[in-house]
Amino acid sequence: MSRLGTRRWLGDRLVMLFAVLVLLYMLVPVGVVILMSFNQPASRQGYTFDAFTLDNWTNICGPYQLCDSVTISIQIGLLATVVATALGALMAFAMVRHRFRGRGTANVAIFLPMASPEIVLGSSLLALFVSAGFAGQLGFWTIFVAHVMFCLSFVVVTVKARLAGLDPRLEQAAMDLYANEWQTFWRVTFPLVFPGILAAALLSFSLSFDDFIITNLVSGQTVTFPMFVWGAAQRGIPPQINVVGTIMFLLALALVVIGELNSRRRLRG
Amino acid sequence: MTRSDLVLSSVTKRFGSFTAVDDLDLTVPEGSFFALLGPSGCGKTTTLRMVAGLEEPTSGTVHLGDQDISGLRPYKRPVNTVFQSYALFPHLSIAENVAFGLRRRGVKDVKQQVGEMLELVELEQYAGRRPAQLSGGQQQRVALARALINRPQVLLLDEPLGALDLKLRRQMQIELKRIQTEVGITFVHVTHDQEEAMTMADTIAVMNGGVIEQMGRPLDLYENPATTFVSNFLGQSNLVGGQVLERSSQSVLIDVHGSKLLAPSDRARSAEGDVWVGIRPEKVFLAAAESEFDDGSNLLAGGVVTDVSYVGVSTQYLARMPWGQELMVFEQNTGARDSFRPGDRVDLHWMPAHTFLLDATQAADAGVEKEEDL
Repeated sequence: MSRLGTRRWLGDRLVMLFAVLVLLYMLVPVGVVILMSFNQPASRQGYTFDAFTLDNWTNICGPYQLCDSVTISIQIGLLATVVATALGALMAFAMVRHRFRGRGTANVAIFLPMASPEIVLGSSLLALFVSAGFAGQLGFWTIFVAHVMFCLSFVVVTVKARLAGLDPRLEQAAMDLYANEWQTFWRVTFPLVFPGILAAALLSFSLSFDDFIITNLVSGQTVTFPMFVWGAAQRGIPPQINVVGTIMFLLALALVVIGELNSRRRLRG
Repeated sequence: MTRSDLVLSSVTKRFGSFTAVDDLDLTVPEGSFFALLGPSGCGKTTTLRMVAGLEEPTSGTVHLGDQDISGLRPYKRPVNTVFQSYALFPHLSIAENVAFGLRRRGVKDVKQQVGEMLELVELEQYAGRRPAQLSGGQQQRVALARALINRPQVLLLDEPLGALDLKLRRQMQIELKRIQTEVGITFVHVTHDQEEAMTMADTIAVMNGGVIEQMGRPLDLYENPATTFVSNFLGQSNLVGGQVLERSSQSVLIDVHGSKLLAPSDRARSAEGDVWVGIRPEKVFLAAAESEFDDGSNLLAGGVVTDVSYVGVSTQYLARMPWGQELMVFEQNTGARDSFRPGDRVDLHWMPAHTFLLDATQAADAGVEKEEDL
């Protein structure tokens, strides 16, 4: 093989090797979570794989408060997602479709929650709730309000991008073909923007389910799943947390696969 | 009025301080193939969109037959549009795209009509596909079918062939003409391609700067242009400055840089003082310098060939005249004679009947295609 050929061969293999390494780097934590969900730790502080067991899977709710915290996180996540997606999608429509005073300012303002450090948002929210007289009511609803707030920015940005890419002539064509405003929206605009709205909803849920910093500051006595994990980590993490992690991962994977299959089916027509 | 002619009366459209369409009066007879021709930004698409209801006129009215449709929403007008980029619904199948208009009007059984329409545009086998899976030419035909299925009183076509390559465009021009003859619906076709307009339309309105410069049959526009813009935008013209010496009921005598030329009176848009003397390049004959003529031709002597381009069917010459202007001459390559070469001294002559006279206050280069337009 010539020198050039060797270099070429090596170059191709190196790119492949690096790609695999990067993927591994990204996926090893997930692998560890799945593995540890089958672990039977020898001691409370055990972070090593000691013995294989299915006990964690058959007894997920074993550790005190674990399932309660997951339920609360899911409830808040779903509620915050629905409200943030609905509000955010409407905001995105207003900002893309209408020319109004303060539109430029609104465009910048919507980015601020995304750009601010969470710890700052959390502490100022706490100050706001307390000074507004909600010090005694901190809990489920204050967490919900906080989550809607930080999800909104992401929803607006995601839906706006989708809307901006929508050819206005499609709606004009619908109107030209005897569809009134209502029909045009539901037959043409909404189906075409829907992937953006769905993406925004999934993003919102995952942001809400995941959030620790802001939640921790405004939660009062309520314990969400991330807070439960944080608390448990002080004493030794129960292996069931890995079971919950694995389930969440599989759910996310299933959604991605379904989405991918769906878009392929659409393309094939 | 029993016929459903499309009539625009004193229609003006302003966008801020920019006047896109300026006090336009236009009648499109029912059943005709009408072309709105002009360069980009001349207001032709805005005019079309006002007929469709996608823009509201600042003033003026649009009538279809007896009905004033100026204030109607687009979906209330018996008018459909084929959009420039086709604007097919990407989330619907070809059949559903075509059925869209029928379904919105509450037609229950659309299957047969959709089938017939897809047959008309020769796309039966693609009914189940999505627009993205079709080629540009096929998408164009879907857009046409989607509009035609509604049997509109007027079909509006906004540069419908603009995105197609040249060969496909020629093919679609013939196809569109065939379909129009078949369905007998009024077609209003917006284009910047003069050849396309001339091939397809019964009547052409040449638009420039928001107004109609001239309207008529393709032949009349080409042979007897009313303005320098029309003479340059439809084909090419030689415009030479001259002064009117005499005029009679039959003809006008003009002095052009010392030569006496004749033009028919009925082809003189201006017959006083300074005029542009116009002649189409393919009407001019070249002769070697100092050849004798006594056939009454208009003659401009003393040219020097500066450029020769051979384009197959014809040879296009540029001849520099003594006053510095370069004139175009297109000669058919009949093989009857050897072609001239750069540097040859030539005389230009043509029949007086082919001469036209235009108002000298108009710019001689109005409507000339410039680099950036191409």
